[in-house]
Amino acid sequence: MLNAARPTDVPRAAAKAARRRWRIQPYLFLLPSLVFLGTFTYYPVLSSLEMSLYRLSPITHQRQFVGFANYTALAADPVFGRVLKNSAVFLLGSVPITVALALVLALLLVRTHALSAAFRTAFFYPTLLPLVGAAAIWLFVYTPGYGLIDVYLHGLVPASVNYLGDPRYALAAVIALTIWKNAGYYMLFYLAGLQSVPVELYEAGRLEGASAWQQFRTITFPLLAPTTLFVLLIASINAFQSVDQIWVMTGGGPDNATNLLLFYVYQAAFMFFDLSKAATLTVFLLAVLMAIAMLSFGLLERRVHYEV
Amino acid sequence: MTPVVARRVATTCWALGVGALAFIWVFPLLWALATSLRPPGQLGSEIASLWVHHASLANFRDAWGDAPFLRLYYNTAVVVFGILAVQLVTITLAAYAFARLEFAGREWLFRLFLLQLMVAPSSLILPNFVTLKTLGLLNTRLGIMIPYFASAFGTFLLRQAFRGVPRDLEDAAAIDGCSPLQTIWHVFVPLAKPTFVAFSIVSIVYHYNEFLWPLIITDTDRARTVTVGLASFTQSAESGAQWNLVAAGTVIVVLPLLVLFILFQRRFVESFMYSGLKG
Repeated sequence: MLNAARPTDVPRAAAKAARRRWRIQPYLFLLPSLVFLGTFTYYPVLSSLEMSLYRLSPITHQRQFVGFANYTALAADPVFGRVLKNSAVFLLGSVPITVALALVLALLLVRTHALSAAFRTAFFYPTLLPLVGAAAIWLFVYTPGYGLIDVYLHGLVPASVNYLGDPRYALAAVIALTIWKNAGYYMLFYLAGLQSVPVELYEAGRLEGASAWQQFRTITFPLLAPTTLFVLLIASINAFQSVDQIWVMTGGGPDNATNLLLFYVYQAAFMFFDLSKAATLTVFLLAVLMAIAMLSFGLLERRVHYEV
Repeated sequence: MTPVVARRVATTCWALGVGALAFIWVFPLLWALATSLRPPGQLGSEIASLWVHHASLANFRDAWGDAPFLRLYYNTAVVVFGILAVQLVTITLAAYAFARLEFAGREWLFRLFLLQLMVAPSSLILPNFVTLKTLGLLNTRLGIMIPYFASAFGTFLLRQAFRGVPRDLEDAAAIDGCSPLQTIWHVFVPLAKPTFVAFSIVSIVYHYNEFLWPLIITDTDRARTVTVGLASFTQSAESGAQWNLVAAGTVIVVLPLLVLFILFQRRFVESFMYSGLKG
């Protein structure tokens, strides 16, 4: 289409000039957001960094500069070692299984069938439950003797195990709840991703005699790579912020077996009132979250050509 | 086997297999519903079953008496809708600026906004608690709300929607003498309505379910929200193995969102799908 002499050009230029005239206006529009972001996101990041360099007394409010002493103290803290190990186990135990399950559920439920919608609802509804409510119900799932596991898996599992009270099982029990809670949410992203895979690719695959597994491996999975990366990113960030279920189900116990990074921050700050330690832990947590984000942004940018 | 029969068999296997898994998924909720309706005396070995002999609302009456649920609901409603109301203003203005205005430092500021997606407020509980204490906002509903008044997620979502608004409509509004605020209100907001709905649903669900921040900000029932009330209620009832009460309390807290979900299922699912779309 020729557009050299479109009649709208003159008013369009006038409108553009009008847009440019108010140079301060964009900043005014951003101001409300920036005030709140500044106070509750940027400033606290900096103030955590600062607090972590001081010895702070919660009672006398005195502060003494100690350099990196809080960091060396943290490195020597055996509970911190335990917390790091737990967080790693929690991340590696919950994220891959949740994401894989989400993908399988999406593949099973992408077909149009009268029951598909009901099934999707069944897997999705835990997303809407408050984690504390879900954890309250799951307390009963794990109750020794007459809980749901002991009653319904009678004979399949050792009887009367106190899953949440036994350091060998407690973290796995919390991970199971977390998988149940999140799989349906990530399933939605895969369902959306599957809709953007062109049908012609499968037709071509079938013509070449590709089996269902081959089609998945060479068509579906590569094309879903951006979705997978995105889901891995939010699942990992969520894993490092898991705390509600710990509070309700175990309180970090038994013997710190379920103490995770954010719960340890909460404990240090609001139960032990060790503000220096809590600030140092906060800095560490922020560093972990940043590292995850940087890593996945790097990966996402290399994969843009897949986005449909 | 003919292909038709084979397909039928496959479909039946699919329905049975996925159906069994789906049943496991809904079982905890069904159990909570059944247990909350069972009369307080009836426990014993039947407690794990889904069967209810004589349904009764006695547990709800008891739970309702044990915790100030009305007060908790009220606080949650104020918090959830208060956050949403302020967010809608802040994200609309910011999204318009990022989508349509040209200014120095735009890219840089946008990245600064996105920082909030990584540094979720729950990791900043300690410094934000100190700030709230300084501001004198402990034990207030405003204190629970204020860290969420700006939303990078909402700004991002809405910026995408605003970018899709045709320039011609915007220019026409400008020519008609609309100020930028009027243009936003008459052109951008109506056209981005689905995005506003999606963001609102996600925001409501997220803040209704939020636990850690309201927990540390409140130490009395004055400003406490339902999730915090439920957690302490569960702790006392669980220690007495009063599962009927735990179930009733949980049902009271989870029911509002589940009812809304059943009424507006498609909207909810679409909104949460939306929440994952990025540009």
